Amino acid sequence: MGDPNFMFRLQNIFQDVFDDRGLRITEKTTASDIPEWDSLTNINLIFAIEREFHIRFALGEIQELDNVGQMVALIQKKKE
Amino acid sequence: MASKSGLSQWRIPKEIRFPIAAEVILRKRRALKRDLLQQTDLFPIKIAILGGSTTQEVRSILELFLLAQGIQPSFYESSHKAYYEEAAFDSPELREFKPKIVFVHTTWHNVSQFPGLLEPVERVGALVRREMERFENFWEKIHNDLGSTIIQNNFDLPRLRPLGNLEASEPSARTNFLLNLNSEFGRYAHTHSFLLLNDIFYLSAKMGLAQWCDHNYWYNYHMALSPAATVTVALNVANMVKALYGKSKKCIMLDLDNTLWGGAIGEDGLQNLALGPDHPCGAAYVDFQQYLKDLRKRGILLAVCSKNNPENAREAFSHPDMVLKLEDFSSFKANWNPKSDSVREIAVELGIGLDSLVFVDDDPVERAIVSAQVPEVAVPEIGSDVSLFAEILEHEGYFEPGNVVQDDIERTGYYDSNVRRSSHQATFETYGEFLDSLEMTAEIASFVPLYLQRITTLINRSNQFNLTTRRYTEAEVDAVSRDPNYITLYGRLSDKFGDNGLVSVVIGCARGDTIELDVWVMSCRVLKRDMEHAMFDALIEACLARGVQKIVGLYIPSKKNLGVKDHYAKLGFHQLESTATRSLWQYNLVEPYSAKARHICRRSGEASSTHK
Repeated sequence: MGDPNFMFRLQNIFQDVFDDRGLRITEKTTASDIPEWDSLTNINLIFAIEREFHIRFALGEIQELDNVGQMVALIQKKKE
Repeated sequence: MASKSGLSQWRIPKEIRFPIAAEVILRKRRALKRDLLQQTDLFPIKIAILGGSTTQEVRSILELFLLAQGIQPSFYESSHKAYYEEAAFDSPELREFKPKIVFVHTTWHNVSQFPGLLEPVERVGALVRREMERFENFWEKIHNDLGSTIIQNNFDLPRLRPLGNLEASEPSARTNFLLNLNSEFGRYAHTHSFLLLNDIFYLSAKMGLAQWCDHNYWYNYHMALSPAATVTVALNVANMVKALYGKSKKCIMLDLDNTLWGGAIGEDGLQNLALGPDHPCGAAYVDFQQYLKDLRKRGILLAVCSKNNPENAREAFSHPDMVLKLEDFSSFKANWNPKSDSVREIAVELGIGLDSLVFVDDDPVERAIVSAQVPEVAVPEIGSDVSLFAEILEHEGYFEPGNVVQDDIERTGYYDSNVRRSSHQATFETYGEFLDSLEMTAEIASFVPLYLQRITTLINRSNQFNLTTRRYTEAEVDAVSRDPNYITLYGRLSDKFGDNGLVSVVIGCARGDTIELDVWVMSCRVLKRDMEHAMFDALIEACLARGVQKIVGLYIPSKKNLGVKDHYAKLGFHQLESTATRSLWQYNLVEPYSAKARHICRRSGEASSTHK
């Protein structure tokens, strides 16, 4: 939990991938909240998160996520 | 030469130049695309991607790299993994799409059958042949039905080796099998110019297989390549497409001190240059020079662009470890003028466009000046570490040869004799006398099979003397050459300094008593040599022979062809209509016609008998 900028960095990734500076994410955001969240943007998102936070998702982990909050928890767990 | 249009001021976003950061490109793909689409005058190309795994990632990145080259692709993508079925069995959508280029994005995953463990050599050979037949049928079907140029991946290697190091020697092993297939692919591509290999065997080795393939992305998204590898492949394919459309560079201009050798010749003197095997940097400079010499051997012109006393600069080339010699340079500018001036002089002297030039200088200030003053010139961020110079040049893909190396090799000779022609010109009173003294002979005739490849290349690579900038595939050139409704002409020009090769092409389509000119191109190495008149004379003869009354010429302006906007007016055509995007011209034939070419002796083609 050490990084106070964590949500800001994550939101930045979302803004870049969806090319939308006004995009705001919360822990409750799901794929259905962002119409352009398709398989291509999803891959770009996952890859950007892996590089930004220097982590690597294990096979199967991503499929189990229901919303951004769960993604945040997973990333932070991996960073510990 | 190149005009100062919107594009020349355009700056390619730094994210997609060296050093490429895959994560930035993937992350900012949408913004980059938006940015790149602000360019005007983009050249449209239709590309079908037939994939053995998902293709949308490679498509989305290929699009960025092509846009950065001024090419706007539209894509057709095969349904999931159906690359083979869609082409081998008729797909109406694919046929309707009419791609100019078909990119077959396959990997080792798409081999239909590997040999079983320890199967005998004969059986392995039979399987290689069977796999080859499958691909050959597929390629030939695409070529015959669609007339497209095919860009085909060869094979990468799997990350895992069930046989360990025996994979390298056991005939039935996957590694060995894939290496055999790659040789067969190479053999086929070497003899069939419509097939170009995208060498992912090399790309994957350079990147490392552990980075090349990421199991997560394979199992989750059916991506045979990792996102980073996808960027590498897209860049490589974009460079190949760029080369096919004549956007490769022709000449590399080199600074001397600390670019070709370590130290400054004017201050340190010949003995103290870092060059040669006794010095770590010196050895690297030798290798860089050797790399440049290899480029020159395959047709890339070299020029010197240095701030030095000319005597000092030339003296340096007497150094015993100097690989490059004075005669390797087609132009030599060593003076104290601004380099932007020297760059322009080199372009004029060699008769090539500024956008065909690459400027290499270890000094960031000189790079910035040339880049700002002559924006058409490519200025790689070459840095100051000589061991990376060649790497960076390759990465930018400036000199990708496309499919025709032979013509590039001959090009060095054409330009060297052009330099001799220019100095010869100085001794004549009038330009006409100079042209007469060249003793030019043109061979002009209808297309013959021998020249189809060269004709296609010329049509696709000519930008300046090109009335319509319409592009043809080799299959389309072949088709019009057989179609009785078309008049086709190629022109070769030689003179006392040498053979300029096949330098001009005209294609016209007959409608009733009218011929409409669809293509008129000429190589810029023979501008102002009376060759367009010789071509016109031959065209008139062909028209008279078939009773044509009118010739209609079309001019479509592009950012490069403003030099020929009055071409038809100069030949005596009258204007039918003119808009911002095109002008239409008509010429009425009357007999007797008096020939316009005054300085060229013309003969009809003997291509089939006199040329190899």
